[in-house]
Amino acid sequence: MNRYPVWKYALIALCVLFAFVYTVPNFFGESPAVQVSAGRATVKVDAALVSRLEPALKAAGAPPTGMILDASGVRLRFSDADVQLKARDVVEQVLNPDPQDKAYVVALNLLSASPSWLTAINALPMYLGLDLRGGVHFLLQVDMQAALIKRMDAYAGEIRGLLRAQNLRHAGVARDGQSLRVRFREAETRTKARAEIGTRLPDLVLTDRDDGQDLLLVGALRPEAQKREQEQAIQQNILTLNRRVNQLGVAEPVIQQQGADRIVVQLPGVQDTSRAKEILGRTATLEVRMVDEEAMRSGSTFNVDVFPERKRDGTVTSVPTRKQVVVTGDQFVGAQATFDQDQRPAVSVELNEAGGRIMRQMTRENLKKLMAIVLFEKGKGEAVSVATIQGEFGSRFQITGMFTPTETNDLSLLIRAGSLAAPMEIIEERTVGPSLGKENIDKGFSATQWGFVAIVVFMSAYYTLFGVVSSIALGVNLLFLVALLSLLQATLTLPGIAAIALTLGMAIDANVLINERIREEVRSGQSPQAAISAGYERAWGTILDSNVTTMIAGLALLIFGSGPVRGFAVVHCLGIMTSIFSSVIVSRAMVNLIYGHRRKVASLAIGDTAWK
Amino acid sequence: MEFFKIRKTIPFMRYAFVFNVISLLTFLAAVFFLATKGLHFSIEFTGGTLVEVNFKEPANVERIRETLEKAGLKVEAQNFGSSRDVLLRMPVEKGQSSSETSEKVRALLQVENPSAEVRRVEFVGPQVGKELAEYGALALLVTAAGIVLYLWLRFEWRFGLAAIIANLHDVIIILGCFALFQWEFSLPVLAAVLAVLGYSVNESVVVFDRVRENLRKMRKATIPEVIDAAITGTISRTIITHGSTQIMVTTMLIFGGPALHYFALALTIGICFGIYSSVLVASPLVMWLGVDRSQFVVQPKKNLRDENDGAVV
Repeated sequence: MNRYPVWKYALIALCVLFAFVYTVPNFFGESPAVQVSAGRATVKVDAALVSRLEPALKAAGAPPTGMILDASGVRLRFSDADVQLKARDVVEQVLNPDPQDKAYVVALNLLSASPSWLTAINALPMYLGLDLRGGVHFLLQVDMQAALIKRMDAYAGEIRGLLRAQNLRHAGVARDGQSLRVRFREAETRTKARAEIGTRLPDLVLTDRDDGQDLLLVGALRPEAQKREQEQAIQQNILTLNRRVNQLGVAEPVIQQQGADRIVVQLPGVQDTSRAKEILGRTATLEVRMVDEEAMRSGSTFNVDVFPERKRDGTVTSVPTRKQVVVTGDQFVGAQATFDQDQRPAVSVELNEAGGRIMRQMTRENLKKLMAIVLFEKGKGEAVSVATIQGEFGSRFQITGMFTPTETNDLSLLIRAGSLAAPMEIIEERTVGPSLGKENIDKGFSATQWGFVAIVVFMSAYYTLFGVVSSIALGVNLLFLVALLSLLQATLTLPGIAAIALTLGMAIDANVLINERIREEVRSGQSPQAAISAGYERAWGTILDSNVTTMIAGLALLIFGSGPVRGFAVVHCLGIMTSIFSSVIVSRAMVNLIYGHRRKVASLAIGDTAWK
Repeated sequence: MEFFKIRKTIPFMRYAFVFNVISLLTFLAAVFFLATKGLHFSIEFTGGTLVEVNFKEPANVERIRETLEKAGLKVEAQNFGSSRDVLLRMPVEKGQSSSETSEKVRALLQVENPSAEVRRVEFVGPQVGKELAEYGALALLVTAAGIVLYLWLRFEWRFGLAAIIANLHDVIIILGCFALFQWEFSLPVLAAVLAVLGYSVNESVVVFDRVRENLRKMRKATIPEVIDAAITGTISRTIITHGSTQIMVTTMLIFGGPALHYFALALTIGICFGIYSSVLVASPLVMWLGVDRSQFVVQPKKNLRDENDGAVV
């Protein structure tokens, strides 16, 4: 009765072998590597590029010991960290001769040192979370209200232009919260304007409203347009973040949407966290506005936005500007840090066609007047440059007013990296230094190791042969768990390691249940073979029940947990599943192999059952 | 080897009242501490900034605090793990972003002591913290409801109710200990609490399974006798499995370092109280809720009648 058919043994052996193969990459460690990927859509990383790199690397005395070329780029492996650093510099020089304009992202990385055939079958080491490998994690909240308001401001400008073009006289277009109000004197004009706006701007819902003597046309964004607007805003922000992160040179950045209005940014292995934060956290947008010179003279703040301006001598003055925005940041297509004719640091910028047209018109109409370039960071604006319009210009011009080349560099980088559709704020941040990550791995590993050893010793002493079988089953459970985590590339965090340890501690429960049950059956006078069979059978229901209840808790954590808790929950849930398999089926297979094929079994080696 | 050579059934149910009074008193004490002292929530729940700094030589926590306070930062500083590691906690300040705070701390400490290495920065906005607390409570609720539902389907509503009362009372006791000693209640601790909830329900399940089996087998025994036999029959397994799990948790407590300290502590309390409550509290509750043999041996009777019907025809 205690025999499995041969295919069952074979299947179990196959599973164990499979698990072993996928666990193996974790033991090889990692070797230093340099990763090159495309920084722009227009460049490609291919074999031709690699052939350009190889001679340069050989000449510099840093020949790669291996390389992997795939869709994401090329990874070159090196013998040690010093060579890796040297190689990075060489690659950087060859591929990015102009440090202002990097076409390729060159980053330091660690590659699994496992043989390439393992990598070829997708057997990779476990994917370590930031708390284990070190790095930065940000959760950014996108300010959707601001995105919508910005959109409505743009609509206000369009309506003004539209009405002017159609020669429809109005008494002002204003934004009130998230709706637009257009005032008219005559009902007839309003009807015409309404028809015109309705066909040209179908995303607006228009309603007539009468307000004392004035006739109002109120426009609001349709809900579906609002939703689309928000989706676009978050997509653009993700794109922008991607480009900014590329500038940082991070090997495996993660930039993902989370929920409706949040973005997660993870930068593993980043050492200089303050630099990363500066680049990411500077959620800057640029706007070109006209200075309201009348308000400047009178000091009035009526109907103007006032921004501070830092002067060269360190003093701060305030600059009143008109509310109307001439050009917004998303119309900037390029920016370079340069020096102007007086050798002062400057940023030369290029606008897209629409922006250039607006700029030309604006400068023609406002010669000798003051124009301000306002940089918005975290909702606060600062006039980086206030200059008199000396002549008509279009899509190319220079911004002066920054004081050091570093500042112009940063500004050009920000402009070039694209503008954000909506401001963002860091609402969660986790930074773990690499040494702490290493320590976390060591501690988690030693806790698991010693706990495992202690359980094995106890089980083997208490249940003798059956204890050894249980211990092997527990080992197989660990093997399955690590293999699954490696295969799924689920992120392993410190709580995840704790979950591995805890799962092992709980998994032994099933074997204790079985062994106790077998002992009981033996004591009640069953034959050894019958005791094994009854023990496994009767324990099964209990094992299932208890694992289901544990699983319920695990799933609740998986669904509602975030961050460290989710890492715990994933491992916990996987562990419950592997433990059922290994403690019931694998251990049974072993017991069957030992006892099932003997004709006569006098007694079971399961410890002391002689008492009554 | 055998630790539990129990020859007679232990009359646990005779002392059921005593067990429940003890557990009620512990429960009330836990509620009292929770109400008066409250939980010491980590910044994950309250929002704020946490900075872990490592120094080459033993750090002077007082001086660090003074330096930072002079710079206008409200800070709570303590050693973390070793005398060379210092943990700084700062509440959320209006109008100041996390990056500013942590950068400021970094700069200040480096001036004070160039060997200072910032090992970890965690910032959680107040709104994220609130969400985490809400989700945590929701996870607890869903787990409890799920377990009751499962046990109801698998056994009977009395078992589900008894198990969840016994085990939620464990959860309250763990929280009570965290309140009494003002240990830090963080996200991993929450995970531990939920894991304990799922885990110690196991105990009740094992005993209930045996109760059900005995109800069918021991036709003449009274309900308390059936329960006593079930607990006695499973006690060896209960203690050994909990012992094994506790071995793991203890190694975590010893080797896991400060990051896993409270996690392991919560598990330890949970496991110790788990044995007690899920066996000695849940079983009497089932008894008092009025479990009956008829609830489990309905099936054979029905079959019998079917057979009789067949015989008549």
